Amino acid sequence: MSREITYRQALNEALFEEMHRDEDVFLMGEEVAEYDGAYKVSKGLLDEFGSDRVIDTPIAEAGFSGIGIGAAMMETRPVIEMMTFNFAILALDQILNNAAKLRSMSGGQLSCPIVIRGPGGAGGALGATHSQSLEAQYAHVPGLKVMMPSTPADAKGMLKTAIRDPDPVIFIESEVMYNFTGEAPDADEEYTIPVGSADIKREGSDCTVVTWSRVYHDAVDACETLEEEYDIDVDLVDLRSIRPFDKETIAESVKKTNRVVVVEEGWPHASVGSSISSWISRELFDFLDAPVGRVHQRDVPMPYAFNLEAESLPQAEDVVEAVKEATYYSF
Amino acid sequence: MSDNESENETLMALKAELGDQALEELGEEKVVSMYKDMVRIRRFEDQAGRAYQQKKVKGFCHLYTGQEACAVGAINALRDDDNVIAAYREHGHALARGLDPDRVMAELFGKAAGVTNGKGGSMHLFNVDKNFYGGWAIVGGHLPVAAGMAFATEYRDLDEVTMCFFGEGSIHQGVFHEAANMAEVYDLPVVFVIEDNRYAMGTELSRVSAVTDLKKKAKAYDMKAFGADGQDMFDVWSTSKDAVDYARNESRPALIHLDTYRYKGHSMTDPATYRDKDEVADEQRRDPIQRMSNWLVDQEIMADDDLSEIDEAAKEMASDAVDFADQADFPDLDSLTDDVYVDWPWEIR
Repeated sequence: MSREITYRQALNEALFEEMHRDEDVFLMGEEVAEYDGAYKVSKGLLDEFGSDRVIDTPIAEAGFSGIGIGAAMMETRPVIEMMTFNFAILALDQILNNAAKLRSMSGGQLSCPIVIRGPGGAGGALGATHSQSLEAQYAHVPGLKVMMPSTPADAKGMLKTAIRDPDPVIFIESEVMYNFTGEAPDADEEYTIPVGSADIKREGSDCTVVTWSRVYHDAVDACETLEEEYDIDVDLVDLRSIRPFDKETIAESVKKTNRVVVVEEGWPHASVGSSISSWISRELFDFLDAPVGRVHQRDVPMPYAFNLEAESLPQAEDVVEAVKEATYYSF
Repeated sequence: MSDNESENETLMALKAELGDQALEELGEEKVVSMYKDMVRIRRFEDQAGRAYQQKKVKGFCHLYTGQEACAVGAINALRDDDNVIAAYREHGHALARGLDPDRVMAELFGKAAGVTNGKGGSMHLFNVDKNFYGGWAIVGGHLPVAAGMAFATEYRDLDEVTMCFFGEGSIHQGVFHEAANMAEVYDLPVVFVIEDNRYAMGTELSRVSAVTDLKKKAKAYDMKAFGADGQDMFDVWSTSKDAVDYARNESRPALIHLDTYRYKGHSMTDPATYRDKDEVADEQRRDPIQRMSNWLVDQEIMADDDLSEIDEAAKEMASDAVDFADQADFPDLDSLTDDVYVDWPWEIR
């Protein structure tokens, strides 16, 4: 680790490197070429690779996702950019019915090595329809893989893995995180991060916190408060991959701490957090000294008003309180 | 085949000049083999319907009876290395593309020997060795996928054409318009074939469509449109050939409208009460197989006995397929978790 890059730059480097590595990789989506990407993730790619491989589309999410799926079926390696995953809802039929099921319903004759990527999750003051955490839609579906990096180093290594993966990968970034900086390996250092591998980003022995994507950073703040003010050391598991998720790393951590809080940005019901919590409760019951704690968004459509938006979203203080509860600190 | 002479008298003739063209370009043997394919499809569907009533085939089963000239005429305008993708009424396209009828029937029966190992069923027939890419069952959902297939062949600088079959009911889905627009914008060699059998399930086109001349839909995307009598094998073949040549040579998309008709209900569970029997009888005056039978006899290519022989052979093929499917095994229970992913780290429960 010898340099600092932004999350945006990390993704950009991954795309550059993979498109240089494999001519079958192409990027398609709204504003990806001449505009350099709505969030500038694809900056410079058009100049480098030309318009045959960096392709602007009309605003037609189902259509261009379907084109990606058909092209992937014919053994190219499309990367489809969603301007945000809120818009990918329009492509859900393509993703759930076509990409996810192609291998199974063709009896294993075909696969669909596509990456569908872009920002998801809460933005800032974007209101009800542009500020949602929708990973559960994809994590629910057999045939899909779901990856959600939270740091620049992970973003680069995971996107490279996603592009090389033989199955369809939903790769959810975050517009809030694009400017976040972090340490990353040197530009010329080749590395990838396997699908389904979590990362313990901070070691502790008192309580496990499992989280992913943007709220990982709130959890980091919470860990500092817990250590400084309450002398509670958190084992912080960044899940990174949502489907498959890293059962071994979670189990190892919970066996060490005997307490766990699952922190997610989105709604609580039928969510990734509820699924992970359920798995922990069933599989690690004998190791738990407290019920599995949960931190999540309030169960309401995202409001616009700045104070209500903050009230709706999980905050570092919520993580602090949940960990205190799991460790019976207040009793 | 019917030998009722009064029926034959009212039967419409095929376009004779296109028959001459087919004989010249394809040769007599090929023309006869296309006719045989239509008969085989019809007899195959007879058996599929019977097997459904015997509960050997379950779920949704959409018979192709009446539309045989569409699949046979259009697919025979393609090269072997071109690619075919179809919707859920695709038994006929699969057979026309050369898939093994035994394995297609076995798929309908849900057997391991089926073309997709029993995982796909009637609506999801795939055989990549024949460049047959399904078998897709959400109305219109495969149209952008077809554009993507053409995108991939263009990306690789291949001169293959992708032919995509769908019913007229798909035309109202947003993805038709998205796919048509992008196919034109990206210059994709994809031929969209509308098999207009007049009813989207039970809804007649004019009841739900502002425009009933569906070739007009192509105009919105500056796409070249072709039209043919879908019950005339030569017309379908000749028109498809023009469209395929155009798509290949110009690297552009094309739309073909085929005016066809299905004799059975939408699926096996549909008694088709939304149309009267006279309408079906009237449509059968242009029955694609009967018209070809008459043409073959008129041209003295075949005698009535030869036609009967072809029909008997087709019936035997279809009943053999049922025997094969009957005797085949259901998939091993262990295969339940196969082919969900190429790579997966844990045991799927």
